[in-house]
Order: sequence, then C-alpha cells, then structure tokens
Amino acid sequence: MFKRIAVFLSLLLLTISFVQAKVIHQERSLYRNILVEDNDDLRCLKFNVKSTKTQQSCFLKSQPQQLVFNYTKLLMASLLFNTQPKRILIVGLGGGTMSNTLAQLYPQSHIDNIEIDPAVIKVARDYFGFFENDRITTYNQDGRIFIKRALLKKQSYDWIILDAFNGDYIPEHLMTKEFLQEAKTLLSDNGILSSNTFSLSELYAHESATYKAVFGDFYQVTNKVNSNRIILVSKKGFSNSSLNESNINKLDKKLSFYGVDIKLLYRNMVNTKNNQNWSKNTRVLTDQFSPANLLNAK
Amino acid sequence: MQKANSSQNLQPYFIFLLAFTSGFCIMGIELLGGRILAPFFGSSVHIWGSIITVFMLSLSLGYLLGGKLSTRSASLATYGFIFLVAAITLLPIALFSQWIMEAVFLNIEDSRYGSLLASMALFFIPTVILGMLSPYSVRLLVKSSNESGQIAGKLYFISTLGSALGTIVTSFYLILWFDINIIIFSFSGILASLGLLAIFINKSCQLHKMELSHV
Repeated sequence: MFKRIAVFLSLLLLTISFVQAKVIHQERSLYRNILVEDNDDLRCLKFNVKSTKTQQSCFLKSQPQQLVFNYTKLLMASLLFNTQPKRILIVGLGGGTMSNTLAQLYPQSHIDNIEIDPAVIKVARDYFGFFENDRITTYNQDGRIFIKRALLKKQSYDWIILDAFNGDYIPEHLMTKEFLQEAKTLLSDNGILSSNTFSLSELYAHESATYKAVFGDFYQVTNKVNSNRIILVSKKGFSNSSLNESNINKLDKKLSFYGVDIKLLYRNMVNTKNNQNWSKNTRVLTDQFSPANLLNAK
Repeated sequence: MQKANSSQNLQPYFIFLLAFTSGFCIMGIELLGGRILAPFFGSSVHIWGSIITVFMLSLSLGYLLGGKLSTRSASLATYGFIFLVAAITLLPIALFSQWIMEAVFLNIEDSRYGSLLASMALFFIPTVILGMLSPYSVRLLVKSSNESGQIAGKLYFISTLGSALGTIVTSFYLILWFDINIIIFSFSGILASLGLLAIFINKSCQLHKMELSHV
C-alpha cells in the first residue's frame, strides 16, 4: 500500500516538475532547433522538441560541478587508463559541461573544444556557464576537418572525446574507418579515445566492427537505463596491465566530488576480447560505405 | 518497310528512356557528392551550397551547349556519343577524387571555397555534358513546331521524374548496399551502354534506309 502511494506521489511529482519545465531560450540554428529548459534547479540543453533522447547537456544551477548526465559520468572511466591527460580534444560541445568539469579536474591541461554549430557555442557560453581561457579554446569547425588540419600541424592529444552523436542525426563521416585512423594518428603514445554513442539498432554491430578494425579490442561501458554506451580505445591497444588498479583509488577521491562513482564504472567495464557480441563478418563502415543513419533507423 | 516503320515508331520511346536515365544519374551523383566531399570538407551547410551551385551552373551551361550542338546535323549517333563522353568523364570522380580533394584541402584553408573548388573539379565537366542531353533530346523528338512545346514538356516530365527516382533510390537504398565508387561505376556503365546502343541503332537504321533506297 505504502509502495503504491509512494509510486503515485513520485508520479505526481514528476508531472508537476514536467509542467514546471520552462523554456527560457529557443532558437533555430543552421542545423537544428535549440532549446534551453529550466526545471527548478536543473537546466537542460535540448535539440528539437518533445523527445527525451534529445537532451544534450544538463547541469544543476546550484551545483554546476556535479555531472548530471549518465554518459558524461561514463566518459570518466577513460581516466583509468590515463590519469593525467595534458592535452584534451572534445568533439561536440553541447552545453560545455564536460569541458568545464575537466578544466576543474585538470587546471593545467589544455582543452580544445570543437563544435560545428555556432549557435550551440553561444548558448553554452550564455546559459551553461561554459568558460574559456588561454588553455581552453573553442573552434567552430567540423570535427573531421579539425582533426585533419591538426595532423598537418603535427599536433597530438592525450585524450580525444567524441561526443558528436545525438539521437536524431549521426554525422556519418565521423564514424568511418578512415576517420578513426586519422583520430588514432592524432593520439599521443599513451593516448585514449572515448566515444559516446548508442547501444541499440543495427548500427551497434557495424560501429563495433569499425572500432575493432582500427584499434583492436576495446572496452565499453554501458548504461542499461538509456542505452548509452561509451567505447574506450587506446593508441597502443589494451593489455592486461593497461587497467592499473591503483588508479582507481587515486581517482575515486577526485571524482566523487563530481558525482562520479569510478568503482562502479570499473565494475561495468567490459572488454570485447572475451565478450564480442556482434557477428564476425559485420561490414566495416568506411568513407565509401557509411549509411550510419539508415542503419540506425533499422 | 514494315521493320523500318516500327523502329521509327520506337525511337521516341528510346530517347525518353535515355533522358530518364540521364536525369536519374545526375541526381544520383549530386547526392553522392555530399558523401564524397565530407571526409575533407565536413558536413556543414555550405557543402551542399557548393554542390548545388556547381550542378546548377554546369547544367545551365550544358543546356546552352547542347542546344547549340543540336543545330548541326543532329543525329541519334551524336546523341549516343554525348552519353559515351558523359560516362567517361564520370570516371575521375571514382578514380581520382581522393587525390584531387587532398590537393585542394592542402591549398585552401577555408572549407567553403575548398568544397566549391573540389566540386568544380569533380562534377563540372560530367554535369555540363549530361546537361547537353536535354535540348538535344528535344531536337531529336520534335517533328513540327506545333508539337514542340508538348514534346519539351513530356521530356522535362520524364527526365525530372528520373531525377526524383535517382535521388530517392540512391539515398534510401544504393548507399546502404554499395560502396560509392561502385555506384559511380554503375552509373557510368549504364550511360555508356545506352550511348553505344544509340550509336548502334543509328547505324542499323542508316543501313536499312540504304537497302530500301537500293530496292
């Protein structure tokens, strides 16, 4: 009985909070509809309307350093392999929460943010407290072009975060074998690349096969609630000694402040070496064959 | 006599088929253009600006040139020859696009002008030649000035229908099944075969006429 009342009350609360969600900014950019919604303390960036999967970035106004989104927390698992990334590249800015958090965690690190949509950069600055300084830079560019140009300039990064995929549309040229090879070349010797993607649809197998073709076996961290998955790959490939357990305690103290349970993430990490759950002869995505959006619709 | 008549009657249908196919290929290639350019120039809005500009520009020039060419002893053989040339000029898209785009990428920093130049280098010539086919088809089909408008209308109808189908079939299915280069080679192969068929039909018609005049 109490359980029922509790369920009823929480549903009621949810409805009330839903009603209270207030759109405080709305604009149509070159690429999409952008909405900023306030829901009490929670502020969210949304692309397009009325779909839960279009939430791009959220933060608590009273505790801006807390990572609200599950996938941003999942991304932190990458630090287990490289606890001190000095040069970080983030492709896909969103509200800029990832950049902000990493800037606090690693004030000495250099962070480059790449965002194709100028309107998203402006919204991040105006509504999400996204901050930049001489170490944190934002480039309004296509991710693939930035990486190609960075290679020409002989740059390298210790951590590349691919967060350019939202639920509605996938930039197909950022999911091909050729692109991943370019990104791999841009990694430093101990470099890690993390990609925030989906774990549903036919695309799952093709995407996995493509990452494996370029990087070998990889780790993934999934979240059963809203089908996010993080793919973790490294330039050198993973060995048994890659996952250093002493890193866990070191990171735990640092990360718990941001609402990240690194021990839980560690337990949820799966290496594809013994757990390959896609067919071996899955076709790899290439610049010649990249129907990611069509595959994602299946 | 009977045979000559029937092949004369079928000729308009054959020309309509060719016009349909060229419309199909033009839009199929335009759609692939975005995917070809993306690795070097991204998927920003201006990529499509570049591609559509180049296609419209080359089609407009193609119409002008095709109309001009049709005034000089127009024949099915020349028509077929244009198809053949179009087919050949499509090949560099598949064979040299990497090399061309890399050269442009290294020399032009701004991806707007980079994508414009790359689309120009890849698509300008084949699209001009494909554009020549429309006025040339009108010339081959029109027998009297009274029907010219109706025939032009029918031709636009069929070639634009081909374009609509080329767009949807390429974007819904072909890219899901095949590599881009395979699609380009197939378009080229189909255009070349139709061109050769047109030349062949023209030859056999001429032979037939000669036989008849000897009898």
